[in-house]
Amino acid sequence: MDIILSIHDWFLGLLPAQITGFTKMALIALTYLTLFAVLGLYLVLLERRVAAWFQLRIGPNRVGFQGLLQTMADALKLLSKELTGTVKADKFLYNLAPYFVIVTSLMALGIFPFTQNLQAYDINIGLFFLIAISSIGVIGVLLGGWSSNNKYALIGAMRSGVQTISYELSIGLSLLTMVLITGSLQLSEIIEVQKNGWLILQGHIPAVIAFMIYMIAGTAETNRAPFDMVEAESELGAGFHTEYSGMKFAYFFLAEFINMFIIAAIAATVFFGGWLSPFGITESIPWLGVFWFLLKTFILVFLMMWFRWTFPRLRVDQLLTLEWKYLLPINLANIVIMALIVWLGLTLQL
Amino acid sequence: METATINNNFKSEEYFINMGPQHPATHGVLRLLLTIDGEIIKKVEPDLGYIHRSIEKMCENDSYQQIVHLTDRMDYLSSHINNEAVCLAVENALELEVPDRVKVIRTILDELTRISSHCLWWGVMGMDVGALTSYFYGFRDREMINDIFEETCGARLTMNYNIPGGLMHDIHPNFVRRVKEFITHFKTKIPEYDRLLTGNIIFQKRTKGVGILNKVDAISFGATGPVGRASGYSCDVRKYHPYSALDRVHFNEALHTDGDSYARYLVRIQEMWESISIIEQLIDYIPDGDHKVATNAVIKLPKGEYYQKVETARGELGVYIVSTGTKNPYRVKFRSPGLSNLSLLNHITVGGKIGDLVATMATIDIVVPDIDR
Repeated sequence: MDIILSIHDWFLGLLPAQITGFTKMALIALTYLTLFAVLGLYLVLLERRVAAWFQLRIGPNRVGFQGLLQTMADALKLLSKELTGTVKADKFLYNLAPYFVIVTSLMALGIFPFTQNLQAYDINIGLFFLIAISSIGVIGVLLGGWSSNNKYALIGAMRSGVQTISYELSIGLSLLTMVLITGSLQLSEIIEVQKNGWLILQGHIPAVIAFMIYMIAGTAETNRAPFDMVEAESELGAGFHTEYSGMKFAYFFLAEFINMFIIAAIAATVFFGGWLSPFGITESIPWLGVFWFLLKTFILVFLMMWFRWTFPRLRVDQLLTLEWKYLLPINLANIVIMALIVWLGLTLQL
Repeated sequence: METATINNNFKSEEYFINMGPQHPATHGVLRLLLTIDGEIIKKVEPDLGYIHRSIEKMCENDSYQQIVHLTDRMDYLSSHINNEAVCLAVENALELEVPDRVKVIRTILDELTRISSHCLWWGVMGMDVGALTSYFYGFRDREMINDIFEETCGARLTMNYNIPGGLMHDIHPNFVRRVKEFITHFKTKIPEYDRLLTGNIIFQKRTKGVGILNKVDAISFGATGPVGRASGYSCDVRKYHPYSALDRVHFNEALHTDGDSYARYLVRIQEMWESISIIEQLIDYIPDGDHKVATNAVIKLPKGEYYQKVETARGELGVYIVSTGTKNPYRVKFRSPGLSNLSLLNHITVGGKIGDLVATMATIDIVVPDIDR
């Protein structure tokens, strides 16, 4: 975008080339950190308001206008809280675990194209990177549950391992189905392909199936209801983060919401054309892409919240049955069908 | 053969875990000692006594009017019915015939209590299987019943509306209108309950075939109420030993034969419909008359033993009074439904997962103060 270029030029005029690079990196990192915090806090607020709406309540509406500062206040409270922990915990791993979770979700956030050229790093294996990064997050959950030396936390952590490893297959395969159409893993190219129609339209029925499987697996991947086996408050108290308090707990908590955003953002990018406007109605105004991208993402986020406040939780063995006996075979068949469609050139081009 | 090798190489170990006394699924201060192998439950031992207040012993130093107030604190969700059990026992011992008006009002309030208790159970049931929204739906409808009670007797949880010989006050002029309003409202809400949970495939998967209790075991463990009836054991005290105005109403006993958690769930949903039908049959025909008969200020029961049983929302509540002819009972024993229903927990949950245990406990519908007394 022009603004970015002009900032770049302004910096070059001000500083030597090498320092410009570092300054830009620092600035981008700072921007993403801010975005991360704001997004996390406001997704929490959104969740609470949506939950209240489903549950005949009003929700937080006292701190700030319509409760806009509520989560800020909560974050301040969490910051000022004493970090308690168990004596028998494995201190090093116990303290390390929250960073695994939060750093991976922050890294994943970095590669999304918010609009044309507004992207921190357009990595050429974008989708692969996203899937790989989200698998690392589970190590944090496993470590946290295991190292806190609490049986409930351990059960939660083990469930998380089982669940995430299973559902990653479905996420990977359903995204792979769409990659067959795009022929690229790079997010900017995936969006470029969709100028002829969003992928969910291009790939018609197999794409819809892939999208549904992706949403189910994505909900499971973020450990949200109806797949919140990992936390399952009526079974395990708080699951893997039972022994965490204060800001360390907040890291897990924020990461959960950011992960939800990431899952929705991937879906918006891969299936619904990312920052592309519907029917190209605002093609001439590229900065509106941010609006379209966020709109699509938040609609999908809302969908995930809708799941959470409607469905009961599955049992852990049913969760695995669903993945290995239903989703995975359907997914494999779906890939073959999609491959045939692409091979025969039957994709829908608008 | 192959499994044997695997078992030798990776020996799984049973471990012990404390569920409660502070745990979201035990609904109070119940402590379960679980022996678990991975996720599979090997043994469940309920450990009671965390909220034991020796109500039975306290009764021995109280007058009969005072005993009524203590019974509120047993099964607090059926407090009106608990009160009635003691009042009926005392009235029968005194051979006191209460006015028709009292009987009808007592029965209407009994059924309202049952609905309110089942509403709360339904909400908590949903919460235990992970659907938090049902909790608020249940509480919304329960709130209307609480308001009716508040207007009638000033209390929302511990009613103390029954006294030996009748009711403490007459009903509020708004009573009939508000009960009718509630019934119209609630008839539209039970189908909503069905849409949210009953028909949900995940919910059915979680409850069908989970915690199966057969009829023989139900009888031998002393299961009563919805738990017994879900196993096909016809045990409704209202049918077999009608008290108050229950002899003049027609209702079906909710019976299922599956004996699993889903059957227990369906029995309670059906009971809400039956309670509505009972209230509808009575609400227009509250006879005129006095709201109580005068008793002596100091009630002395004739020497002897008296037993009265009623059907609370959880099952059969028995009140056993031994009197030596003084103003205090010699011994009072409450046969609480919660204790015998809880006793079968180990029998029906062993072999299941932790999630099954939670779902089963929710359908047994325990109230911990009722178990400990």
